[in-house]
Order: sequence, then structure tokens, then C-alpha cells
Amino acid sequence: METVNQSISRRKFIKLSSLTGAALSLGFYTSAEGEDIQIIKPETAENLGIELNAWISIDSSGKVTLTNHRAEMGQGSFQSVPQIIAEELEVDMEKVSIVFAQGNPGKYGSQVTGGSSTIRGSYKKLLHLGASAREMLIEAAANQWKVNKADCYAENGFVINKSSGKKLGYGELVAEASKLTPPKNVPLKNPKEYKIIRKPLPRQDTPAKVNGKAIFGLDKKLPGMMYAVVERSPRFIGKVKSFDDSTTKKIPGVKHVFKTSREVFDHQFEGVAVVANNLWAAIQGRKVLKVEWDDSGFEHYNTEQLYSKMKDQLLKGELISYKTMGNFSAAYEKAEKKLEALYETPYESHSCMEPLNCIAHVKEDSCEIWGPIQGPDWIQGDIAKALNLAPEKITVNMTFLGGGFGRKAFTDYPYEAVMISKEIKAPVQVVWTREDDTTLGPFRPGMVYQCKGGVTKGSIAAFETRMAGQNMGTQNPGADKMAYNDNVVEGFLEPYFNSIPHYSFGDTPLESPMPVMWWRSVYSSTNGFAFESFIDEMALAADKDPLDFRRQHLHNPRYQDLISKLEEVSGWKSRGKNSGYGVAITECFSSIVGEVVKVSKNAEGKLKINKVWVVMDCGWYVNPDIIAAQVEGSIVMALGAATKHATHFAEGKAVERNFDTYKMPRITDTPEVEVHVMDNEEKAGGVGEPGLPPFTPALTNAIFDLTGKRIRVLPFNLEEV
Amino acid sequence: MASFTLKINNQPHTIEADPAMPLLWAIRDIVGLTGTKYGCGIAQCGACTVHLNGNAIRSCSLPIKAAAGKDITTIEGLSEDNSHPVQVAWIKEQVPQCGYCQSGQIMSAAALLKRNPNPTDKDIDSAMQGNICRCGTYQRIRKAIKTAAQLHQ
Repeated sequence: METVNQSISRRKFIKLSSLTGAALSLGFYTSAEGEDIQIIKPETAENLGIELNAWISIDSSGKVTLTNHRAEMGQGSFQSVPQIIAEELEVDMEKVSIVFAQGNPGKYGSQVTGGSSTIRGSYKKLLHLGASAREMLIEAAANQWKVNKADCYAENGFVINKSSGKKLGYGELVAEASKLTPPKNVPLKNPKEYKIIRKPLPRQDTPAKVNGKAIFGLDKKLPGMMYAVVERSPRFIGKVKSFDDSTTKKIPGVKHVFKTSREVFDHQFEGVAVVANNLWAAIQGRKVLKVEWDDSGFEHYNTEQLYSKMKDQLLKGELISYKTMGNFSAAYEKAEKKLEALYETPYESHSCMEPLNCIAHVKEDSCEIWGPIQGPDWIQGDIAKALNLAPEKITVNMTFLGGGFGRKAFTDYPYEAVMISKEIKAPVQVVWTREDDTTLGPFRPGMVYQCKGGVTKGSIAAFETRMAGQNMGTQNPGADKMAYNDNVVEGFLEPYFNSIPHYSFGDTPLESPMPVMWWRSVYSSTNGFAFESFIDEMALAADKDPLDFRRQHLHNPRYQDLISKLEEVSGWKSRGKNSGYGVAITECFSSIVGEVVKVSKNAEGKLKINKVWVVMDCGWYVNPDIIAAQVEGSIVMALGAATKHATHFAEGKAVERNFDTYKMPRITDTPEVEVHVMDNEEKAGGVGEPGLPPFTPALTNAIFDLTGKRIRVLPFNLEEV
Repeated sequence: MASFTLKINNQPHTIEADPAMPLLWAIRDIVGLTGTKYGCGIAQCGACTVHLNGNAIRSCSLPIKAAAGKDITTIEGLSEDNSHPVQVAWIKEQVPQCGYCQSGQIMSAAALLKRNPNPTDKDIDSAMQGNICRCGTYQRIRKAIKTAAQLHQ
């Protein structure tokens, strides 16, 4: 497979394929009825005015080009999407090349790469797309040989005549096949017959990522492109009162200095842009720029104040109830054993290795954008609104992303680039320094959880969780708080709702101007810590083995299978006395993940994480090696947020500015991770995020097992336990 | 502004620039080799790692005047065709995810293997701890360095 790091429009694509000779092109669209999968030819779609979600084209040399509609930020969709198509199309992966699609919500449905949704959202459609093209090629060959379709089959880019053994290559068949009508109800393979799906095939974007050739946003250059950095208010909401650019303008290369803004949830965040003909000059110019901010009313915001407000709200009992069963209070009072705990998780920065950046070129009546972008269609919509242009006048091109984790789905940084390009009437690349990227958010919100539980006769009799923190869903002014309070159960395992007779879940949202938004695995990344720590505390109160206690409450074969597998691979039953073992199981984006962590103390008495065993149940899956890689990475990211870094605020500003204080986990911190994937035929779940939430509670549960010390506040220093 | 000759991947490049400009920006924005990445600007993450006279250095914190005249190797100069043992091992072990930090990781690993063809786990940890990977590919980096060491022999 060849990976083309460029974007292409559909019209241009169809034109290109018709220029290279006959081609069979097929796409899918989601009909108004929703679930129905519709496969049609692009030219038919054009005539009917239907926008396709994605399409493939096979040319006369047998080469297959797939237009990928999702961002590639490390999670492997560049590999897994064509792997699905190649399976049903019966071609070698080498024959499939892939191009990024441009941002266009009408055409692809949601393109926002988030919620671990790339595969789980479209795998059935992709299977049908490949299968439909295969059936048309078989039909074309059968017509040519004047035999029944049933007498032919497809394999490895050829259609083969069963009785004569004759073969025709796909390239020879596309002209005829393209005249046929796409079939309805194509047969899909039984997963047992898969030759490409379920195989740990190497990622095709790897070669370009080991020789410096992969083009990330920051590597993209345009002719005549200017570079900009922006001095932004360190207190988030500050307005520019005045600025002095006299020294800045003396730096050779600096061309413009002006006030600019970016939109963060309907708030205009102001800054002063320094534009130069090279990035270094812009950075130098910004260093000597003097800006006076009007940021009164914000200087008192600090971490202590935010957390004491959250705790206050919890203690006062203010609550927006989400889900209840029975009578929690009465059942809690009657329980044999009563437990109560507060858990705290910090604000966090996404800190992608590629700092935010974006190129914008605003022209007379159109705008083109290039950058590391998770949500091209959102950007198209927001920019169209900002420039008062029709959405189709905004072209959004995705490069490779040097990490995303949710931050690059947000539209503020392209918005800012657009405003700067509009002002200077030239293409411009706006680059965030690491300090900008670390200090300006939006952050993962800090959270405080209050859990209460009653245990009777070794079982959970009553369970309550109250969550306090900024609600990511209600950042837009005037948003309906009630519409987003289901966040409190994210990460909780569904079968508990059947086995716990009395429960109550609710949240008390913190009103704060700190910009916040989703971070890898979203609410599960913090909820999981509270839930799975507290389940462990209840297991102890019930005098039960933590794994057995979970098994006893999760009455569902899928969960029982996962627990048994986890018990087996981790050697749970034969664990020694000199190490601590902890378990946690969470559910995130339709995948269930169980993790067991083993810790011990070394000769100097320092705590060490020896190993992590993972069982991932993501249902139908594509590439086990990509799943393993995503889980390994999720665990390192969780380890960072649990033991290494946090964003604190003082005087209304973020304190940690770069990797010297916002400390990342490094190779020396990384334990061995062993990943097992469950084989079943459940619906496909997410892969990029669900491995993250169970790690931290499994770790702190293991530490409790070894030391008797219960960790309820993150981050904590492993070396000081 | 002053004139400098930078010898990058055996090619001399004469550039006009501020002598205080870090080598990273000269490599990326003037010479146009974008495989070397900006990550932190303060020598904390290793994304900008290149070889200077064979040693791994952080190009974000080295002014060009200190690099002039010396042998500079960037990721693009490691091999013509992904054939360097570290690149081969990185592909075999499927190390990269987003890939952004990997040029720096590979350059650190290549310098390690050059001076220590048979590194232990401890040697690997100490040579690689200056390189951050936010995707968390460390386990595979460890494995790939061992694979590369075998390929080397």
C-alpha cells in the first residue's frame, strides 16, 4: 500500500480516474433512514445530488485507491480502514493506496476523529463497500465468460472461473464492471474466513515515519507563506489594553504586529500576533513585545480555590441527579458496613508532541486550511461562520497529526490562523510554542468525586457517586446542564446497575472560566479512578478477593469471560506475597478493558511497577497489533496523569509551562505491558482510548495491596509511596 | 546576520542567519529538512535530536555558530532507503504511532548503538530517557533497539 500525504477533492478524483482510463468507482452514503447501507457509483451520486461518505476506485491496472475520511494521529486508522476494504474486495494490501479526504460534513458524515469511533462507526459500511465492488467484478467476468456468477470467485485481485481455471485481473474487468448496477444485499465473509482482518499486519505509514518523510502540520510549507506566533493572555480571558511593538519591529524579518483573537466556546480570547518571514524571527519579535492586559477579575483563580469550591458543592449536597434506583439513603443507613471516600483528579494538558499549529490562506471569497486536524468538518463550519462564507468555500486539508488526544478536534487554533491570514492577506502558519501549548488549555477538567457505599452480606447493598467539576458539555454559554449530566456514569460497568439494588449518580457542575475539554478517554479517564478504587474499598469491607468481588457483581457472560481471562493471564490466583496486585475494569466507547498491575519494592525500598496485564474486549476488531500498541500507549499516558504531571493554576495562570515542570513519563518509567484481545462477534468497540481508564485504579489498588496505603488524590509520586 | 556553512548529511549549505538561531530552525526552515522536529525548545524532549560529529545532541538548544563546520547528520541522512539497522528494527517492531517524536528517538538510538553495539536494558534506558514519546511507544523502542543491535552484528 502506498500512502499519499495529500488531499484530493471528489470532483478532481473522479476526473483523475477517468483520465487514467476506465475505472470502477463506488462509494457509500448514509440514507435518511439511517442504518441502511447504500452503495452507489460516484457519478450516480453526482446526478442525484447525493454526497458520498467515502469511496474507492479501481483503475485499469488493478490499483485500488481509497479516500480516507478520518484523521491519522497515531491510532492507526491509516492502516485499519484499508485493511477492512481489502479483505472483502479480495486484494492484497499492497494494491491499496489511500488519500486523505478534505473536510466536508455533507460528504463523509462526521469526520471528527474522537470517541474512538473510526472503526466502530463505519466498519460495516466499509465491509459492504469492498464486497459490492468484488461482486461487480465477479459479475463482469461471468458475463465475459458467459457463465453463472456462482461459477466464479474472486481472490487476490483476480476473478477465477471455477471450472476452466481461467483468470481475469481486476484491472481488465473495471471497464465492464463500471457499467453494472451495484448489487443489493452482498454476502459478507464469515470472520473465520478472514485473511487480512484480524492479522497483525504492519502499518503502512511506518516507513515514512522512520525517515523523516511523513509531513505533519508543522512541516507543511506554502509558497509565500508567512510565520506567526501570538502572545496570548496568560490569564485566559484577558483583553489587550495596549501593546508596544517598537523593539519587535526592529527584528529583521518581522513584518506585522497586530491584535488578534481566537474563539473558545463563544468567548473571544485575545492576543497580539507577530508575523515574520521566518519562524525564528517571529519568536524573537514576540520575546521583546510588551503587552498590557486588562484581566481584572481573574487574578484570584487558583487550584486550591477551584478544588475547595468543588468539595464545598459536594458537601452541601447540591446535585443534578442523573440516575437512581431504589432508595440509596435508606439502604445505606441499613447496611452492615458503610464506606465513604473522596477522590481527586487534576487538570491536565494534552501536550501532543507536535505543538498546535495551523496554516490558513484566506482569499477573496474562499479559504484554505492545512494542519494537524482531528475535526475538519467542525473547522469548516466554524470558519465559514467566522468569514461569512458558504461552507463549500472553506477547504480543510489534514496532514499527519503529531498526537491529538482530543485537543486537535477543537477549532480555536485554525480560527486564529484564519484571522491572521485575513489581516495580512497572505498564507500564514501560526505556530504555538511548547509553552503556549502547555499553558493555554483547554484542559482536562479537574474532578472531585464523593463515593458512598453500603456492604451487606459480602455484596454491594447501596452505592452513590457524586461528581464535581467543570462540565465539558456545557462550556458554551447558555448550554443546558441537564443535557450533559450522564457524564457521571461514563466508565461504569453496565451490569452493576442490575446487581446493585440501590444506587444514585449525579453531578454538581463547577462554574469556572477555565477553558476545559475532552482528553483521551474523556470522563472515563477520571471516573474510572473513583469507581474502581471504591469497588476495591468495598471488596475489602466485604472481605472478598477484589477479582472475585467483581465477578460476583458482573452477571453477564461477556464480563465473566473477561474476568476469567484476566485471572488466567495475570496468574492472579498464584500471586506471591512479596508483590502487590491490583485489578480494575472499565468500559469506554463500547469496549471493556480489564487490567492487572503488579508492583513491588526494590532493595532501596522504592516502589516499582513490574508488569501490566491487559484484556481488551473491543468486539469485532481489525488489527491486533494496532490494538496492543494503542493499549501500551494508553497505559503510559495514564501513568503520566497518575504519577508525573498536573496543571496547577496560580493568580489565574497555568503554572507548568514546559516539560521541565510538566513532567512526561519516560522510558525509565515504563513497565512491561502484555495485551490480550478477546475473540467474539460483539459489535466493534473503540480501541484508541479504552485502555487508559483502568490503569490508574489498578495501580493504586496494587499499591494498597502491597503497602496498605490507599491513594485517593492524583497525581502522586511513586517514589514517595 | 552572518554567513555560515553547515555540513548536513555530507552536503555543505551556506546560509545567512542570526548566529544565535538554534540549529533546529536552520535545518527545518532554511535548509528545508523537516524530519527533525520541534518539541519543547529547551532540550527536554529530544524530538530535535541530530548527530553532531557522531554524538546525539538537541538541535533546539545549539546555536548555529556552534554547529558551523561540524558534521551534522539528520534523520534524512541516516540512510537512503530505510536500510539503517535502527530504521529496519523500528519497522519490524512497529514502533511509531503518531510518529512525531520518532526521528529524535531513532537518532538517539543510532548514536547509542554506534558507541555501544550491545546495550543492556539499563544502557538503553539511560541513553533514551531524554526522548519523550507522548504516544507511549517506549516498550517497543526498547525491543527495537535490541533488534537493531542483533541486525548490526
